[in-house]
Amino acid sequence: MHLAHYLGLLHRAQVNLAGAFREVAEAHGAEPDVAHLCRQQARICDRHAERLEPFARRYAEEAPDEPDRLHSELFTGTRSGGLGLLRDLQDLYLMAAECDICWTIVGQAARGVRDQDLLRVVQACEGETAIQMKWLRTRMKAAAPQALVVAG
Amino acid sequence: MVDRIADPWGARTPYGQGETWPVRVDTFLDGDLTEQQVDAWYQSASILHSNGDAMDIAVKDGRIVGVRGRATDRINHGRLDPKDLYGWQANNSGDRLTRPLVREGGRLVEAGWDDAMDRIVDRSRELLAGPGGWGHFGFYTSGQLFLEEYYALAVIGKAGIGTPHMDGNTRLCTATAAAAMKASFGTDGQPGSYTDVDHCDAIALWGHNVAETQTVLWMRMLDRRRGPNPPAMLAVDPRVTPVTREADLHLPVRGGTNLALLNGLLREIIRRGWCDDEYVARHTVGFDELCRVVDGYPPDRVADICGVPAADVERAAELLGTSRLLLSTVLQGFYQSNQATAAACAVNNLHLVRGMLGRPGAGIYQMNGQPTAQNTRETGADGDLPGLRNWDNEQHIGQLAELWNVEPDTIPHWAPPTHAMQIFRYAEQGSIKLLWISATNPAVSLPELARIRRILARPELFVVVQDVFRTETTELADVVLPAATWGEKLGTFTSVDRTVHLSEKAVEPPGEARADLDIFLDYARRMDFRDRDGKPLIDWTGPEQVFEAWKRCSAGRPCDYAGISYDRLRERGGIQWPYGTERLYSDGAFNTDPDYCETFGQDLATGAEFSEAEYRAKEPAGRAFLHAADYQPSPEVTSDEYPLLLTTGRTVYQFHTRTKTGRAPQLNAAAPDVWVELNAEDAARLGIAEGDHVGVASPRGGIQARARIGRIRPGAVFVPFHYGYFDVREARAANELTITAWDPVSKQPIFKAAAVRVAKLAAGDGSPAPAPTVGGSAPVDGTVRATAGGPTAEATSRVGED
Repeated sequence: MHLAHYLGLLHRAQVNLAGAFREVAEAHGAEPDVAHLCRQQARICDRHAERLEPFARRYAEEAPDEPDRLHSELFTGTRSGGLGLLRDLQDLYLMAAECDICWTIVGQAARGVRDQDLLRVVQACEGETAIQMKWLRTRMKAAAPQALVVAG
Repeated sequence: MVDRIADPWGARTPYGQGETWPVRVDTFLDGDLTEQQVDAWYQSASILHSNGDAMDIAVKDGRIVGVRGRATDRINHGRLDPKDLYGWQANNSGDRLTRPLVREGGRLVEAGWDDAMDRIVDRSRELLAGPGGWGHFGFYTSGQLFLEEYYALAVIGKAGIGTPHMDGNTRLCTATAAAAMKASFGTDGQPGSYTDVDHCDAIALWGHNVAETQTVLWMRMLDRRRGPNPPAMLAVDPRVTPVTREADLHLPVRGGTNLALLNGLLREIIRRGWCDDEYVARHTVGFDELCRVVDGYPPDRVADICGVPAADVERAAELLGTSRLLLSTVLQGFYQSNQATAAACAVNNLHLVRGMLGRPGAGIYQMNGQPTAQNTRETGADGDLPGLRNWDNEQHIGQLAELWNVEPDTIPHWAPPTHAMQIFRYAEQGSIKLLWISATNPAVSLPELARIRRILARPELFVVVQDVFRTETTELADVVLPAATWGEKLGTFTSVDRTVHLSEKAVEPPGEARADLDIFLDYARRMDFRDRDGKPLIDWTGPEQVFEAWKRCSAGRPCDYAGISYDRLRERGGIQWPYGTERLYSDGAFNTDPDYCETFGQDLATGAEFSEAEYRAKEPAGRAFLHAADYQPSPEVTSDEYPLLLTTGRTVYQFHTRTKTGRAPQLNAAAPDVWVELNAEDAARLGIAEGDHVGVASPRGGIQARARIGRIRPGAVFVPFHYGYFDVREARAANELTITAWDPVSKQPIFKAAAVRVAKLAAGDGSPAPAPTVGGSAPVDGTVRATAGGPTAEATSRVGED
């Protein structure tokens, strides 16, 4: 059963996203809304990771060796300036998107294995990940014209 | 005779539930003048607070010499606020701006109008020439101009230049009111009427020191409290104020925790069966989710978060839950605090679950802080679109494009209009290169002033400031335009309860000062903005024409001005929109239809925008939304280094940054300088006594002031935000301390929760702090001499005159 691998993938994606939210908050302190909301969302990612951990442990016992190329690197550090903010938010968006699809996949697996506890965690968390994506999209939509067309 | 400095509220005229509020006509005239000696009276209303009190301006020999309340007006029944009784004297002040100023060699020097306007137009044309030229413009206006001026500005910005970067200082005062009403009811628009005070049996004041901010509304409440069958009263405020002293129950919550309190109250109301189940079922969406969220806030947890006794939370729930006609008012204690929109929506939730809307006595005032803020919002001179239209609705944009005869693409609608804090951020980064500030003073009123001064002083930023006096902001401008003000120009404005008033031109403005409308129209002419047929975009020449154009713009929208005209306003005084409608939503049908609503909604925790498809999927069908959100701590909380929580606020005697009230002798003498209010417990621990010189520091900056030992909750510190630097140099502006942070939905800055430390600098000389003894700043020490105005403040009040 490979569920453990996807739980591990999602867990690590949440941990990475939490870290990236914090790095972006730190790098863009002059954008107070971005800084504050990134910290807030990092805490949400922490919670997601905590809630996944017992399931990752439980299913690890039944898992074969981890396949190659399971994990991908989506974040390589922050940038600065208006364009840099846009790119950093876009990185966060892609990382949140990875979490989003992982929740879907893990949710399907939870149904397959009839694990109601895991399904409840998925259902409680996936909406929060969707909101993260929506917020990032909203913020980028507002910032894009000024960053790409107006700023010199 | 009554000294309205010593007694801002005057004599009581008690009345009972369902009765008509008695008339009491308040008058103040210059010196020994009598009413018979006045040459002429001109109809107007207040622009020194948001209540909309109607008055007549007295004129003698071409000068304003006083004011008299209008007995027949629906709002004030003749009464006036002390700021109105005395504040008109600022019009006659000798230091008015009378000629344009331009920056030459680093200094502001007098210039002619052509020179000043040419500089603005030359810079504008240069900036507009390149691609994305619209993005170099930012407009930061006010809540103190007239409807016609805002609408003209909105058309210039949205159809002339095509920029989304336009907002008002309403962002600081009323943005949350608008955001909460949009979120809950579908569009902006105040559900209640001031006459709800006449009918209610309970009044809940949420972060609203109405006694000092809207004294006439407070007089109405007090008169009910002194009459038969008085309404119960609940006040939520970290300070002790005239409101909390009057209230039957006071919850002095810890700053930044309002949402936790509301969630707890809603939980009790739901659990104890005080909901109107039929109303909830027929007229709301989201009850199950609301129940799920608020269930996490039992009284004990609320007590822990908010720092108030659990038993008081239960008592408050009972007061709210058992009232039969509940009236709520909400203001800056909620709007300028943490989770502002979510907390204001929670008050809407309370009324929705109890079915307390749209009936006499059952109403909500999501208040405004400024006299004409309602119009800034309606006309789209802030972060809204004209006529309370939805930026994300192509049909709404099409209506505006047709009305203005421009291409829909001209009107920026790819995102919500840019909010003030972001406009200043773009100016800080250099992409906004021309910032036009009208009738507001951001160098004192915005958070984190060191940063704001730095931005305005940037050499690359061309700053235009249009005002009545030189201010802290004009000193950083490249061009200063002298404006006419209230009493010197014609126009209309609208109060919190949708009452439109006409304000006549009573006298000529001083020197070369011009009406703000004339300045905007002059700019439009010089810029030669054209519509898509090559005709002038704006061909108006006066306010009445603009008003009629606004009626076409507002037609079919919630703020439809049909039936209201200058002639009718002259004839009848204040008239509510929509014509003849005292209360909105009396049939329980809300403005949430997807084709009609002003927003497709946002996530309250992040501000994430929902799409039209997501909104439609909720099938609101005219039902109101119950929005639920969890409490989260404020962006800044106390620490070992900064252990106290600062809240900023107001005194009854001053308005905003004192440009007018600071020039009215009676008002200024009553509250002449800044103070720091501390609880006796904290003061004792810090070794601070009444009148001592203290320093207040936050991570952003510091100020010095004298200490008032008062009754604010322990751990909290209050500093009034009125005091800047036009008349005093020492660091004293409260906003040196405040944090650059805002609500994710309304984008209203957080002025009520900054971490600070306080230290004694020197002992006082035995005299008390320069804080009024009247209002929230009343001292613990009963021997401090009471604030009074003396003979020059004697006004008249005639009860029963009609």
